[in-house]
Amino acid sequence: MPLDLVLNVAIGGVLTGLVYGLMALGLSVIFGVVRIVNFAHGEMMTVAMYAAVMAFAHWQLDPFAVLLPVAAGLFLFGYGLQTSLINPFITRPEHSQFMLLVAIAIVTVNGLLMAFGPNARTVLVPYALDSIELGPLLVDKVRLYAAGTALAIAAGLFAFFRYARLGAAIRAAADNHTGALVVGLNVKRLYAATFGLGSACVGAAGCLMAVLIDVTPTLGPVYTLLAFVIVIVGGLGSMMGALVGGVLIGLSEALAGLVLVPSAKSMVTFALLILVLLLRPQGLFGRRA
Amino acid sequence: MLSVSQLDFDYAGVRALSGVSIEVGSGEIVAIVGANGAGKTSLIRAIAGMLVPRAGCVHWHGQDITGWPSHRVCELGIGQVAEGRQIFPSLTVEENLRIGAMIARARTQESAHLTRVFAMFPRLAERRRQVAGTLSGGEQQMLAIGRCLMGAPELILFDEPSLGLSPALVQEVFATIQSLNREGITIVLVEQNVAQSLRLAHRAYVLETGQIAMAGTGAALLADDRVRQAYLAL
Repeated sequence: MPLDLVLNVAIGGVLTGLVYGLMALGLSVIFGVVRIVNFAHGEMMTVAMYAAVMAFAHWQLDPFAVLLPVAAGLFLFGYGLQTSLINPFITRPEHSQFMLLVAIAIVTVNGLLMAFGPNARTVLVPYALDSIELGPLLVDKVRLYAAGTALAIAAGLFAFFRYARLGAAIRAAADNHTGALVVGLNVKRLYAATFGLGSACVGAAGCLMAVLIDVTPTLGPVYTLLAFVIVIVGGLGSMMGALVGGVLIGLSEALAGLVLVPSAKSMVTFALLILVLLLRPQGLFGRRA
Repeated sequence: MLSVSQLDFDYAGVRALSGVSIEVGSGEIVAIVGANGAGKTSLIRAIAGMLVPRAGCVHWHGQDITGWPSHRVCELGIGQVAEGRQIFPSLTVEENLRIGAMIARARTQESAHLTRVFAMFPRLAERRRQVAGTLSGGEQQMLAIGRCLMGAPELILFDEPSLGLSPALVQEVFATIQSLNREGITIVLVEQNVAQSLRLAHRAYVLETGQIAMAGTGAALLADDRVRQAYLAL
């Protein structure tokens, strides 16, 4: 197999993986702070993808241009969801939290099916087929832009948690819930802001995915599972782990498609998951419990 | 300034507080002593808004604050140095302190408070960039007190501040509480360390199985035979 082909495919995988990473980052942030696994994560991404598709179909707006408003919309959705539905469930047993989010996921999928029908939709931006030549390598323009944007958003999120006052407060609430109450932090509001931020991440990722793949209403469960796998491979609650895990999964999917057969990509993903669970149960960047 | 009346609270179906009433005047040190499980922490948490009492009420400067959430109670100037210190172990010392000043009443004076806390506890200034989980027990207690001061409290609820500290550090913590009181901060001190608390306190209550068993000045309770037999092993 020619080396430049392998390299081209690998680069494509890494770039797609960065977008996966941004999506998984949202899941990781929510779990790391609120301790809720967002089983509607992929479905929320699908909603964002449809928003991008509709904006493009009706107003010819580029998905990159609607990324911020869509992310803001998802932020509000996540904030509202946490405030209205999830906060009352925080002290309930895990299976009832789980069922709540699964129910939200199923409602979302069926809502999308009713609104848009089962057919796949595509965003074909004018530069969709352009590529950039780097020596022997050919990099898709959309993939490069999507990955760059994902990386920039992830860096922004890292900086927010590291330097912003609100970011430090969220870390504090995640670190010691009682301690946060003691110093007078409004923990419920911090949880809502966190769920909002995680949702905004997945909203942004949805806009980026819209230029990479076709969207159907039933995409959600697949991506919920994928985000979950990435977060477990990277280490639950670790932001860096989510990003690296995304890249790893993206790369393995791409190479599996090339070396084996394209339909084998999930097989390799889950083989990787089993391997990590066996050898490093806390994930690559996870702390030992 | 703080008045708790007829407070009832059940914990897991068991009565933890039963008809508890206490009064705290401005500038006082009021100790609440009692054995483990007497309901001391429940009382502190009910005042701090971390649990909602079944019955009874809490008044602050005449205002009924019963059932207010903890973040609103903190805004009133009721600070807490909680049992087990409750610092943020993976945040740095300075981040821990700054988060203490996030409530609106303290936010504008954050840097002034930080300077004051560092002057009071030079050890925290030396370790400001260190992750708080790596501090020693005594240093963590200083951090918990410093973090509370960052919120500019009028009254501080101390819950078992001497727990798990060496005798020398216990002295230091009690001395700190006394000097904070001299600066004008009202203190409610919950302790198992009965002798020292009674010596420090202007007034005290003895809490037994969720009820106030005795009340009086610290000196009077120290001299009381029942207190001496039950708590001081004399």
